[in-house]
Amino acid sequence: MNSGRLPENIMHFARVLRTAGLPVGPDQVLKAIEAASAVDIADRAQFYWALHAALVNRRGQRELFDQAFHVFWRNPRLLERMMSLVIPTSSVDTGPEEAEPLARRLAEALTPAGTAPNEREGDEEVEIRAELTWSDREVLRAMDFETMSLAEQEAAKRAMAKMRLPLRPVPARRFRLHPRGRRPDLRATLRGAMRTGGDFVALRRRRRLRRPPPLVVICDISGSMARYSRMLLHFMHAVTNDRDRVHCFLFGTRLTNVTRQLRQKDVDTALAGVAEAVEDWSGGTRIGASLRTFNRLWSRRVLGQGAVALLISDGLDRDSGEGLAPEIERLHKSCRRLVWLNPLLRYDAYEPRTRGAAALMPHVDEFRPAHNLDSLADLAAALGREPARRQEGVSEWLTRL
Amino acid sequence: MQTGRALPLSVAETGELLEAGDYVSDTALATAVFLSLKLGRPLFLEGEAGVGKTEIAKVLAEVLGRRLIRLQCYEGLDVASAVYEWNYARQMIEIRLAEASGGADRERLGRDLFGPDFLIERPLLQALRGGEGGPPVLLIDELDRTDEPFEAYLLEVLSDFQVTVPEIGPIRAAAPPAVVITSNRTREIHDALKRRCFYHWVGYPDARRELDILGRKAPTAPGALSRQVVGYVQKVRELDLFKLPGIAETIDWVHALMQLDAVALDPAMVNDTLGVLLKYQDDIARLQGSEAERILNEVRAELTAAGAA
Repeated sequence: MNSGRLPENIMHFARVLRTAGLPVGPDQVLKAIEAASAVDIADRAQFYWALHAALVNRRGQRELFDQAFHVFWRNPRLLERMMSLVIPTSSVDTGPEEAEPLARRLAEALTPAGTAPNEREGDEEVEIRAELTWSDREVLRAMDFETMSLAEQEAAKRAMAKMRLPLRPVPARRFRLHPRGRRPDLRATLRGAMRTGGDFVALRRRRRLRRPPPLVVICDISGSMARYSRMLLHFMHAVTNDRDRVHCFLFGTRLTNVTRQLRQKDVDTALAGVAEAVEDWSGGTRIGASLRTFNRLWSRRVLGQGAVALLISDGLDRDSGEGLAPEIERLHKSCRRLVWLNPLLRYDAYEPRTRGAAALMPHVDEFRPAHNLDSLADLAAALGREPARRQEGVSEWLTRL
Repeated sequence: MQTGRALPLSVAETGELLEAGDYVSDTALATAVFLSLKLGRPLFLEGEAGVGKTEIAKVLAEVLGRRLIRLQCYEGLDVASAVYEWNYARQMIEIRLAEASGGADRERLGRDLFGPDFLIERPLLQALRGGEGGPPVLLIDELDRTDEPFEAYLLEVLSDFQVTVPEIGPIRAAAPPAVVITSNRTREIHDALKRRCFYHWVGYPDARRELDILGRKAPTAPGALSRQVVGYVQKVRELDLFKLPGIAETIDWVHALMQLDAVALDPAMVNDTLGVLLKYQDDIARLQGSEAERILNEVRAELTAAGAA
């Protein structure tokens, strides 16, 4: 074996993996070289698993690694050619998309507010803009996302970016020094005693830390929700970037985890990433099947440590609620609190009569509207309060079923 | 210090070593274990519950003749219960004694109170201390159950194998322990920690390996029963269930069936003992009755075909 070339080739292989999206750092490359020289590289299986153990960090990366390994270690040149074929086209594809929001923001920054030209505005919007002149904040807050003009949507998005979702902190299992704590902190006490040489021992106390529970947002992006879900994505982005332990999922006909995309600080980059990851925008809805995927693949991974779950959906289901009841029941049982946000609740006379809604209703703890800024602010307030007992928030709705 | 068994020199030898401890591995796992031992980096094992992650550490300690130190993780695990704690009661008594004898010299008392005599060592510190047969095997079990702050602390310990006690100073391992970390993936472990380890996803075994495992873990079970049970469990794993049965469940099931004096599976017996195999009512309800019988018939037909061939 010409071992002189091996480290170099492993480095090239790692670069290929990196280009393909695996987070492979230089220290992992060193680890891989070390690993490869420790095993018998004439044995392909050993070599494969040695590199695998060094370079792969998650179960989900295995397929990518497997493909790259088989292509690369048969013929590195071939792979390079393939990559060079792929890379220019993809950069051409993403180029204009990335440039567009930046250009728009640049334009906004250069022109004073209000004078920005907006070709798409019709007569109707002119009327609303007149209202906006005296108290645009107030009107905006109560306005339905669906009836907003583009300019108003922009304003609402900016308001949403400042929104926080202060979940009521729950007691953690950690303690911190606190003058009015209930338990004595012996370690701090004795360290304090050392200062006086043991003549005088002042009792230090500690108390339980509190921290907000994890939050899981599952949002419907089907055709009937289109107008809302785009706005709610901004809300999800604001919440995701506000603190740790937030996970976001979107579903239409299938479920997509968009947590990683939404972690991007820049809202435009984040939403562009989401748009790329999701394939079923504004299509049909299969709530039951999507929740089933969530329960099977994700619930045990993200609903630990007493998570609060937000389900955002209008309850209109293409499968007319088939298979939904057991899945929502499972979801309800796996989380601390399940809140259902339904934009349709803006109609006073709304009744959860559709099959989907009727299946969801018995298994949620709270049922709230989510069609304007006010309703989202209310939600934040409600989640920050001492929670009612489970399902107390929907008892009235249950009697109407 | 007397040394235990020497470390394996190749992947094949690692496989044999594990097998000597009644652990049936495959090349992938043996490679990961071998690399972790040889290069002194932690082994990170992820997988569903009951596939034998913890067992690897136990077997390693046993076959290498080293001490096993287990740190069971839970939410709120802190330095006091994972690394070290001072013996407060003894410290207090010491202070009283010093007062009584009238020799309460501040500096000397401070030095004595926070000396090694008053230190209670917890698993992580014990693991750095070494022991009989060489550096111990440190099992950090179910890391996903702790919270992120502890994970961050662990990062420091695992990269340098060093713990700093402020009153004493840094304590460094003479020889780094063999570290095995397991996770059930109830949350993702941070990449910074995974990066330092050799990663292995422990999956469900195939029928041949599972039968091999059963032969070691339940040697008294009738062969026909074991084959049926393995065939059955393999079929159940193909179904779309909320929680698939692990190897631990298979072994439990065989033991349960043996207690009931079964020599072969029959539909009634399967229905009565499904609770050993499946742990969610939805899953049990789905399988009970005709579905359970259908699978059993399939298994029987396959075994007969294999026997005839």
